[in-house]
Amino acid sequence: MPDFSRIWDVLVIGGGNAALCAAVTARQAGCSVLLIEHAPKPMRGGNSRHTRNMRTMHPEPTKVLTESYLEDEYWDDLLRVTGGQTDENLARMTIRLTHDALPFMEACGVRFQPSLSGTLSLSRTNAFFLGGGKALVNAYFATAERLGIDILYDTEAVDIRMDDGFVREVVIDHRGFPETVRAKVVVASSGGFQANHEWLKVGWGEAAKNILVRGTPYAQGKVLRNLLDQGVAQVGDPSQCHAVAIDGRAPRFDGGIVTRLDCVPFSVVVNKHGERFYDEGEDVWPKRYAIWGRLVAQQPDQVAYSIIDSKAERLFMPSVFPAIKADTLGELAVKLGLDPKAVEKTVAEFNAACRPGEFNSTRLDGCRTEGLDPPKTHWARPITEPPFIGYPLRCGITFTYLGVKVDENARVLMDDGRPCANLFASGEIMAGSILGKGYLAGFGMAIGTVFGRIAGREAARNARN
Amino acid sequence: MRETEATTEARRAMEVCNACRYCEGFCAVFPAMTMRREFSTGDLSYIANLCHNCRGCYYACQYAPPHPFNINVPQVLAQVRAETYEEYAWPGPLAGLFKRNGTVVSLVAAAGIALVLLLTMALVDPRVLYQSQVGPGAFYRVIPWWLMTTLAGGTFIFSIVALVMGFRNFWRDTGGRSDELTRGRPLAVALHDIFTLKNLGGGGGGCNDRDEAFSQSRRRFHHAMFYGFLLCFASTTSATFYDHFLGHVAPYPFLSLPVQLGFWGGIGMVVGTAGLMWVKIVSDPAPAARNLLGADYALLVLLFLSAATGLLLLGLRETGAMGVLLAVHLGVILALFLVIPYSKMVHGVYRSAALLRHALERHPTPPPAGTGPTDRALGSAA
Repeated sequence: MPDFSRIWDVLVIGGGNAALCAAVTARQAGCSVLLIEHAPKPMRGGNSRHTRNMRTMHPEPTKVLTESYLEDEYWDDLLRVTGGQTDENLARMTIRLTHDALPFMEACGVRFQPSLSGTLSLSRTNAFFLGGGKALVNAYFATAERLGIDILYDTEAVDIRMDDGFVREVVIDHRGFPETVRAKVVVASSGGFQANHEWLKVGWGEAAKNILVRGTPYAQGKVLRNLLDQGVAQVGDPSQCHAVAIDGRAPRFDGGIVTRLDCVPFSVVVNKHGERFYDEGEDVWPKRYAIWGRLVAQQPDQVAYSIIDSKAERLFMPSVFPAIKADTLGELAVKLGLDPKAVEKTVAEFNAACRPGEFNSTRLDGCRTEGLDPPKTHWARPITEPPFIGYPLRCGITFTYLGVKVDENARVLMDDGRPCANLFASGEIMAGSILGKGYLAGFGMAIGTVFGRIAGREAARNARN
Repeated sequence: MRETEATTEARRAMEVCNACRYCEGFCAVFPAMTMRREFSTGDLSYIANLCHNCRGCYYACQYAPPHPFNINVPQVLAQVRAETYEEYAWPGPLAGLFKRNGTVVSLVAAAGIALVLLLTMALVDPRVLYQSQVGPGAFYRVIPWWLMTTLAGGTFIFSIVALVMGFRNFWRDTGGRSDELTRGRPLAVALHDIFTLKNLGGGGGGCNDRDEAFSQSRRRFHHAMFYGFLLCFASTTSATFYDHFLGHVAPYPFLSLPVQLGFWGGIGMVVGTAGLMWVKIVSDPAPAARNLLGADYALLVLLFLSAATGLLLLGLRETGAMGVLLAVHLGVILALFLVIPYSKMVHGVYRSAALLRHALERHPTPPPAGTGPTDRALGSAA
């Protein structure tokens, strides 16, 4: 049990990548640091536990990144996915600082590897962590322990007691016991509210109950709620988030990467009435997977079904759940719980609309349908060869965008635009300041790392004054 | 390979891992896994023997317990590995020796020592055990030359035959053909991996010997033991050569080749085995297969004793303790040779075979139509 009567220089709330970057940076600047993590030790690390790479600007090839990826291209990619709902100043700063982050990460014991099989399209833009995000989190925690940061697991921030933009103290729940922590500066890196289905209802209505949470169940958004209720400025829309289509059989929480399904571009996707609803072949999957979560969530009962035939079986990485197979389409429909007549009709119409072309799974091949609504613009091949294979799809949420507003020093702003005296934020809790909608693979870790380091630096500067 | 509880669990783990692949950079297990979608028991046998138990994947795993998916790859692969030793043992009826293997190895060791002592007393005057013997032929006055060579040669040849048969069983079961064995490049790659223990490097940063932190200690201790063992083997071989072809009769002077090889080899083995036991004792038990620890420790102790008694014999060979020490040392060596095909020692054969198999997979001859690697370039990006 630590001595709660003391005053720490910096209190960091959270135990994921953003929190750890802030804590380590502040400690390296000479501050005493307390980090509180809601999860028990084996489940520490927030959503970072499930990540695997960071989108990284680089002017020339590195050990693990090919070619170059410069600021303007990175910015263009971000602009495209967000449809302009971003902050150019903060975004460009984040992009530039990802480059500087690599040596810091390596010094903290984070190791990198070339992009994984099945992710070749990211080998130029995204630096993969050897062993994935949990290995990264382990490396940061080991560094934090070595530096002498005080770490408390099973410890949740309950109330940030603010007084006119100044944090006086923080009430915590430490293994079931209420305690009060006093620190000169507080960094909130406690994630979004994606694991809080009640809050999700605000943006999604009743559909929220069928949204699966891909990551940590600890992202309840309590700190975020607490801050917003005390007049901290809010950014983002409650329905905006990073959400993807995942295997409908995934657990309600913490299913992570293995629930991902990459078969959509090679399939016909129908809703529970057996009807198609969107162009499955609009673009390559890495550029489209992030819109399919929302698309599925907008269907009745928030469910959809991806149907392929044996020709496409080996074109994508397997999900952890077995493919549902049948010798006829009707039989498959029954196994999926769909009306066989409706599915047969939809597939027959689709098959008839497929134009001949040279199928190529690795690029936009132009194999498309004609006279079909909605069309399928690439990889459209008649679904004819048994066994027929189906996967249920549901919306899997990664993290929410509604958050606290920060400035370029990671300092939290109040409703009236004034900066908080001693409160900073990093990671998902403030990602909405940059990500208004859409998602770019590996950008969450970029924001967490960059803003974590800034928050740590500024917190240290503040604590010393 | 038969289907067991362990293979079923290993298959479940591999299916989760194959949908994740975050560990691809650690070792050969994961690249081998990504080349498959279904896992036959033969595949699992191959993958289990490819695993060097570095435990990097356990600490990096987002699905490790207490996550409900409960993925513990090092543990389940160790269990499968132990079953493969039983499965491929030759002759078949002796496979049962792998059950409660720690006890078996210990009993054989005790029996080996007792047997040599008793034989010495029965065949030679028991007093030689306590009298100082020096000069050429001193050892053979304690244990007759013919007995030593018959026992050593006989058990050694039997062990080699048993290991070769085990290798053959493994190779067939994991889908290997005999003509693959002679392809030069894969063989060279496999030998490199075997002699450097590349896969105990955790992708370059070391293994999780103790906990989440990385270290090279297990690899270094294994190297000390392994190369020590080879030096000791070279020592025996050179001594045989001295005796048969040069007519020099043991004991040899300290600076002679056989003694120098044996001395440094023995030091390596003592340091290596003691270090490996230490690593085992201090390591986090969570990724270990607890039911196999007995077999691990028994073999390490036996190897330690082989080297330690040899060094002791060298140190005291001119005193009255030589007789007993020689008998004990040869008893331990006899036991070691006897248990080689029925102890964890066989991991050397199967792991080498698995590494060769992996090298062959990575450097394939043009495959028959329709079995090439699948195209997964359009994977997702989350």
